[in-house]
Amino acid sequence: MSALLQSLVSQPYKHGFVTDIESDVAAKGLNEDTIRLISAKKREPEWLLEFRLKAFRHWLTLTPPEWANVKYPKIDFQAISYYSAPKAKQKLASMDEVDPELLRTFEKLGVPMHERATLANVAVDVIFDSVSVVTTYKAKLAEVGIVFGSISEAVQNHPELVRKYLGTVVPSGDNYYAALNSAVFTDGSFCYIPKGVKCPMDLSTYFRINTEQTGQFERTLIVAEEGASVSYLEGCTAPKFDTNQLHAAVVELVALANADIKYSTVQNWYAGDENGLGGIYNFVTKRGLCKGVNSRISWTQVETGSAITWKYPSCVLVGDNSVGEFYSVAVTNHHQQADTGTKMIHIGKNTRSTIVSKGISAGQSNNSYRGLVKILPTATGARNYSQCDSMLIGDRCSANTFPYIHVRNHGAQVEHEASTSKIGEDQLFYFAQRGIGAEEAVSMIINGFCKDVFRQLPMEFAVEATKLLGLKLEGSVG
Amino acid sequence: MILQDSRTLLDVRGLHATVNGTEILKGLDFTVKRGEVHAIMGPNGSGKSTFAKVLAGHTAYEVTAGEVLYEGRNLLGMAPEARARAGIFLAFQYPIEIPGVGNSQFLRLAYNTVQAERGKDELDPLEFDDLVREKMKLLEMSPEFLGRSVNEGFSGGEKKRNEILQMALLEPALAILDETDSGLDIDALRVVSRGVNHLTSKDNAVVLVTHYQRLLNYIVPDYVHVMEGGRLVKTGGKELALELEERGYDWIEAEAKAGAPSRGVSP
Repeated sequence: MSALLQSLVSQPYKHGFVTDIESDVAAKGLNEDTIRLISAKKREPEWLLEFRLKAFRHWLTLTPPEWANVKYPKIDFQAISYYSAPKAKQKLASMDEVDPELLRTFEKLGVPMHERATLANVAVDVIFDSVSVVTTYKAKLAEVGIVFGSISEAVQNHPELVRKYLGTVVPSGDNYYAALNSAVFTDGSFCYIPKGVKCPMDLSTYFRINTEQTGQFERTLIVAEEGASVSYLEGCTAPKFDTNQLHAAVVELVALANADIKYSTVQNWYAGDENGLGGIYNFVTKRGLCKGVNSRISWTQVETGSAITWKYPSCVLVGDNSVGEFYSVAVTNHHQQADTGTKMIHIGKNTRSTIVSKGISAGQSNNSYRGLVKILPTATGARNYSQCDSMLIGDRCSANTFPYIHVRNHGAQVEHEASTSKIGEDQLFYFAQRGIGAEEAVSMIINGFCKDVFRQLPMEFAVEATKLLGLKLEGSVG
Repeated sequence: MILQDSRTLLDVRGLHATVNGTEILKGLDFTVKRGEVHAIMGPNGSGKSTFAKVLAGHTAYEVTAGEVLYEGRNLLGMAPEARARAGIFLAFQYPIEIPGVGNSQFLRLAYNTVQAERGKDELDPLEFDDLVREKMKLLEMSPEFLGRSVNEGFSGGEKKRNEILQMALLEPALAILDETDSGLDIDALRVVSRGVNHLTSKDNAVVLVTHYQRLLNYIVPDYVHVMEGGRLVKTGGKELALELEERGYDWIEAEAKAGAPSRGVSP
């Protein structure tokens, strides 16, 4: 039975191919020259180079965090290349000049690089290794004043905006991996929604790591001005390599008064093989600042990939009546390790936060929820509701919940609920006795378990996530 | 060699089964024809529920000897879901809770799976909703059951009604009701029994596994069998149940030891 369960969660990774494309890869190693090289390649202004160098110098004084419930060998930061870009002959004037090999790659991945009907009404910024290769619907978005594209481009075209907000939510010295990212980030998406504008389409970034022994360090910055709103989606895949690759991203969100940002992720980095060989180390800092009154930031994540996930999308609720939300499904199988959760920092009055976390562990994986709810003395009337559910498939995996609750205001209301369940032989027998086979039964149970999170996802993503989970868990029941 | 009669639905010969290495069924013989209602009674631990689960194909039980023919096919070679699709239905003694999975979604999937097997049309959610509401009336169930998760937070009686609702939807050829009466108050017992009676016909058969005679006041069996030590040791008509109610099982045990011939096969 546990063999059947096991085979149900063990589907081959579909996105594990490598694109054969000529790339401009920086020599391995990390020092100030590496950083100057990246900055020079990107023709960055002096202040940004200074930002990087300051972060790097700070990083040198830090040690990697060891408190997470994950185990991995020490990373040799000198063995990684910090810049890799597909070689382009010159600057692209239009989509038609994008390398056809790249087009084929993203077509295979189901990412629309043409502004056509496949995913109508979603603008996509496509990032391949260290650079953004294309952004769709840019012109259309510009009509309403929205800036959407790669952060490198934004540095050139809107330096004042980038400079104003970069590092304001996640300071360059915030933590080990955030400092590293601040020093070496290569590309990422930038999105600016002006005052009062409701973004007419979903914005999306698709990240692809292609080159072996490259790290991907992208930096995403989203700013929603007063009364603006945007829904943003992020997807990611990587080829199969036997070595581990490092992905240390930083995402910063800023919501001003009455602004609303919804950030959804379906993370499907290569997770390593069934013996735990290879896979991405996904060490990511994501944080949103609800700066203005009545602002709202909502994180939804479906985490299925990566050998190791270390990630805590958080909300800092400064504006009065602001709202922070975190909806998460994290699935681990084989030897995957995930330590993920959120931080909700309540500062303003009547701030509210909701945390719904669903962890599913199969194989010999280890899945931990780690969350902090912090109510500061100023946060009168603050409320939090947390729900953390774990589901185990088979008997060799583990699930942990580490909730941290710091309340320093007596008027605050904090609720925490947790549960652990197991897909048991008896449940599967019950389904079977009604004619329903194990695969369908598991998919039904898992989707039922995750539905509170899935219904937060935009439609196309919800379909994608359901399929992905089905694939991921196929073969794990038995 | 088992001789098949066209009315024979189930034929069990010399069935032995173990769970975790302990033998529970020890040479059980049992035959069911279409149109019959059988009751299997017997003391705790005699193997009644095990027999029900073995017929349905529960993976925790291992069949070590014997054979079972269902509609002339080798039942023991079929996966549990294949048995269900072929018309074997087990109403669980303890129906399983499945949090997060909506009852109506579950019922529809089960219904459509079995329909597909029979070469009949599957129903879309709206069509199915009409059908299930009709069936629920029979069991005096409130439609709000459809919106809840499968068996989650149901009372004992609600769970049993939900089982019979599934029976009504799936229209099995062979329904095995494992202590469906336990935990039911008298009104619920009446409703559930009426539901079962409504579903019996000359083409299907019902096997009732029960401790108590009172169920048999509502669903009248053609045969009553007594199970003891993993075998059917005595078979009689419906009056046997009354006798058991009065005298207990000890006298049967004594009779069995004395070597009185008795086989759990319908005459």
